[in-house]
Amino acid sequence: MGKLTFSMGGVHPHDSKYARECAIEELPLPKTVWVSMAQHLGAPAKPVVAPGDTVKVGTVIAEPGGFISAFVHSPVSGTVKAVAPRKDLAGNPVMHVEIAVEGDEWEPSIDRSKTLVTAIPDDKAEILARIKACGVVGLGGATFPTHVKLSPPPGKVAECLILNGTECEPYLTSDYRIMLERPKEIVVGAALMQKVLGGCRCVIGIEENKPEAIASMREAVAALGFPGIEVATLRKRYPQGGEKQLIDAVMHRQVGSGGLPIDVGAVVQNVGTSLAVYEAVQKNKPLITNVLTVTGDHLPGNLQHNYLFRIGVPLSFVAEQAGGVPESAAKIISGGPMMGKAVSNLDATTVKGSSAVLYLSEKATRRRRETACIRCGKCADACPMGLEPFLLNRLYKAADLEALEKNAAQDCIECGCCLYSCPAGIPLLDNIRQAKGQVMGVIRARAAAAKAAAEAAKK
Amino acid sequence: MTQTIIWTVAILSVLGLLLALILFWVARKFRVEEDPRIDAVEKALPGANCGGCGFAGCHAFADAAVKASDLDAQYCPVGGDEVMQKVASILGRTVAKKAPQLAVVRCNGSCANRPRINEYDGLRSCRVKAALYSGDTACPYGCLGCGDCVAACKFGALSMDPETGLPVVDEAKCTACGACVKACPKHIIELRAKGPRGMREYVSCVNKDKGPVAKKACAAACIGCGLCAKTCQHGAITVTDNVAYIDPAKCKLCRECEAVCPTGAIHGVNFPKELDKDAVKKRIADRKAKAAEAEKKEAANG
Amino acid sequence: MRDVIIALCPAILVSVLAYGWAELLVLAVSVASCVLLEWAVTKWMLKRPSTVGDLSAVVTGLLLAMNLPSAIPLWIVFIGAVVAICIAKLSFGGIGQNVFNPAITGRVFLLVSFPAQMTDWTPTPGFVSIPDAVSGATPLSALKEALKSGSTIPQFMDAHSYDLASFLWDAGASAGELSAGALLIGFVYLLIRRVVKPWIPLAVLGTMALISAIFHGINPDVYTGVPFNLLTGGAMLGALFMATDYVTSPMSTLGGIIYGIGIGLIAMMIRYFGSYPEGMSFAILLMNCTVPLLNMWFHQKKYGRA
Repeated sequence: MGKLTFSMGGVHPHDSKYARECAIEELPLPKTVWVSMAQHLGAPAKPVVAPGDTVKVGTVIAEPGGFISAFVHSPVSGTVKAVAPRKDLAGNPVMHVEIAVEGDEWEPSIDRSKTLVTAIPDDKAEILARIKACGVVGLGGATFPTHVKLSPPPGKVAECLILNGTECEPYLTSDYRIMLERPKEIVVGAALMQKVLGGCRCVIGIEENKPEAIASMREAVAALGFPGIEVATLRKRYPQGGEKQLIDAVMHRQVGSGGLPIDVGAVVQNVGTSLAVYEAVQKNKPLITNVLTVTGDHLPGNLQHNYLFRIGVPLSFVAEQAGGVPESAAKIISGGPMMGKAVSNLDATTVKGSSAVLYLSEKATRRRRETACIRCGKCADACPMGLEPFLLNRLYKAADLEALEKNAAQDCIECGCCLYSCPAGIPLLDNIRQAKGQVMGVIRARAAAAKAAAEAAKK
Repeated sequence: MTQTIIWTVAILSVLGLLLALILFWVARKFRVEEDPRIDAVEKALPGANCGGCGFAGCHAFADAAVKASDLDAQYCPVGGDEVMQKVASILGRTVAKKAPQLAVVRCNGSCANRPRINEYDGLRSCRVKAALYSGDTACPYGCLGCGDCVAACKFGALSMDPETGLPVVDEAKCTACGACVKACPKHIIELRAKGPRGMREYVSCVNKDKGPVAKKACAAACIGCGLCAKTCQHGAITVTDNVAYIDPAKCKLCRECEAVCPTGAIHGVNFPKELDKDAVKKRIADRKAKAAEAEKKEAANG
Repeated sequence: MRDVIIALCPAILVSVLAYGWAELLVLAVSVASCVLLEWAVTKWMLKRPSTVGDLSAVVTGLLLAMNLPSAIPLWIVFIGAVVAICIAKLSFGGIGQNVFNPAITGRVFLLVSFPAQMTDWTPTPGFVSIPDAVSGATPLSALKEALKSGSTIPQFMDAHSYDLASFLWDAGASAGELSAGALLIGFVYLLIRRVVKPWIPLAVLGTMALISAIFHGINPDVYTGVPFNLLTGGAMLGALFMATDYVTSPMSTLGGIIYGIGIGLIAMMIRYFGSYPEGMSFAILLMNCTVPLLNMWFHQKKYGRA
């Protein structure tokens, strides 16, 4: 198989994977953790503990708050101190469960041994139930509850499970490290998900700049001998790891506007999610840990780390353990430089989907001075959704919602390629994100009105 | 040579005539009949096309005014009562008077009152900033200071005060069109009754956090203590979600609330005299003492 | 913009070598007036931050100068700059807003206002001598004259010996029309730097080649052949540097190809049937008008949509 890639747009930022050689270290436990109730897409979880309750590692502390929601488990053992709002990464108050750490006592049902369990349970429903009970969510960024994604709606059949090992965001190395250090677990996780989806084929997509990971995964696939799993080499190109782009690259199919991957027979899961699925199903271990990268531009090697962290640890604790916030850092970002969010509040805690603490220098984050658009079309060439950002930007300024919808502002995946490629420093992404929000509002209102009208007609 | 000239003239004349005929026909065919009153009403309107009335512009407003059976649902905030009376007379209808309003900024989180806890480095737009995070101060409800309201104002009535970082309303220029109210993602700006001689009392804060949290974020925050509501004799003040609100329809401008507010969140403007807080507080205390005495007497009598 | 300036350097070098101080003076006056006018107008008339720093005025100045004969009076150059910068560019709202290519607008204005000076191709003394620097007219205008006086193309070619050598030297032409080779070198640089995409020039030159091949095939006595048409006049400069101007060309690839075909078509029609010897400038200006329409009609393919 040749090197695959998606069919339109994309940019080639320097990959800056400085932390690639840093083996995963276990982050020590802080004195207190704050576990967010909104660390997945969908409805926030409902806390089921009260101040004063004692919890062990893996005790359920919150239940799903809706159909699209997930369980949350205690990442530590100790006493619940409070169930109260606390500021999240963006500074908005979110319900958190505060737990004072005492010792490190795990729920006895969790298998903490290192032995690899390769036997796949026969019962699909059983696998799915364990994934749900362990609160597994997608770790590729969107944190969509995995059990929902693995239950295609009736009439839809999954033809291909795509494991996303592209890690196309610069700087991030956590997926790379788990592919090197725990390849077999990932492959077993993939086999489990294949089983749930009814035995479709599985492609593990990895970008060409990680040859070691490709070799490691190939070896694991060969050693374990599950049928229908292959490793595909993808060209290095951002945003290869975007769900729609990855489906295009691997299956040469495109998901229609407003559609879901399953419409074209695809289910995409991150390699990290696959590992979480393995731990949930084979080891009964809930999703309470994940790997994050601490890195930055021009940071000395001793300040770069890949940490196995407990969810709920404050970012300030991570930074402190990693050697403190470097002086050169002008901006701290949670996640990658392209799609990550600037951290305004280091007291915010890590969540299931945390992937990196990234320090960027003044030079790396400086915005270009905005000048006039000369219609060079670089943004349109870079857009992986085939949109015309310059046009959307103009329409947004003219507040022409109808034309924005016609020109597919709602299809924007907010990857930032337009902003990255614009030589005039125009804040395309900022404006298009606003436009997308407004258009989505119109679309939703229209759908709601149509639904109401249909119901009225029924009566 | 002569023939060429004659031919040229002839051909061009015929062509011109033909095109004129086509134009004439098209104009006849596609003429839109419009009620002449629409034009008349539109001429009476200020012509700012600001959209403050909720219509796409003055023409749309006029169109709707002519078609509707009464004018109750429509109001031109820029022209005010004067223009509405004119419109009503053109259409042969009557319209009730409305109190003049203007935009009031309900945030007093100046740089001094509300320290910055991080540095915002993104696009200078409140809407973009609000979509990204809670802002560069600890108050997630307050003014973001990027001036979307200033940009939205078509009358030049708003400006950013560089010292406080807050928008300032020029009362002489504000027409209460409401463009800034719509532009503000934090819903800080409110259209309030202008008040007699411009005098009015209002709570300059929208922070819904509990007292200690709000106070920590901003020295001038409303902490929802309810002192003002207890003091008010006119029932004009309500406290919901830890924020007080003064109903301008009930407020009698006695300024007692302003005097008792512990954080100075209540503002009185355009009063001829400066507020003597101690005198007002004494007045309240005296009244309370009297009331207590009267109650005691009543209890003794009863 | 800096890349465009670099890309123009080979052609500028050739023209300065060929036409000497006079050419250098025209270039200097043109660039200086364009930059000065842009600075002055943005500062005092528009009261906006100056856009001189983006070097777009320099590019306009260079392109304008390359479209003028080296012997032209310098005050005419200045008038060209006024038209290009003040009318074609800034009155439309400055960079990014202009409908017409400023340099070409300036050139066309001068061409219709000062036809005598604009077609006086007497070569000024250069630093090196051009092989057949004898003609006082461009090959295209000389040809037009020859055809009018009843001679055929083969006779004309014999008399003037135009062949592939004109790929490097092209006697009696404006700076930009002088050397197709130098222009191509610059364009390849732009391609490598990914500043421009090759579709528009390919469409322009391809259309011109196709039309001249067909007409030359039908009647070689009246219609010139492919190499002559591609290598003389402003074909190269227009196709490579003027038609590819971001602001005044369509955004989508398909739109660009149609735009290019239109330019090639109009240019060849003017050359074959019009009264002007050269039609590149008019062709580009005419197609500039269609750009908003092409942008409206042709969009690039969107992901997941038919």
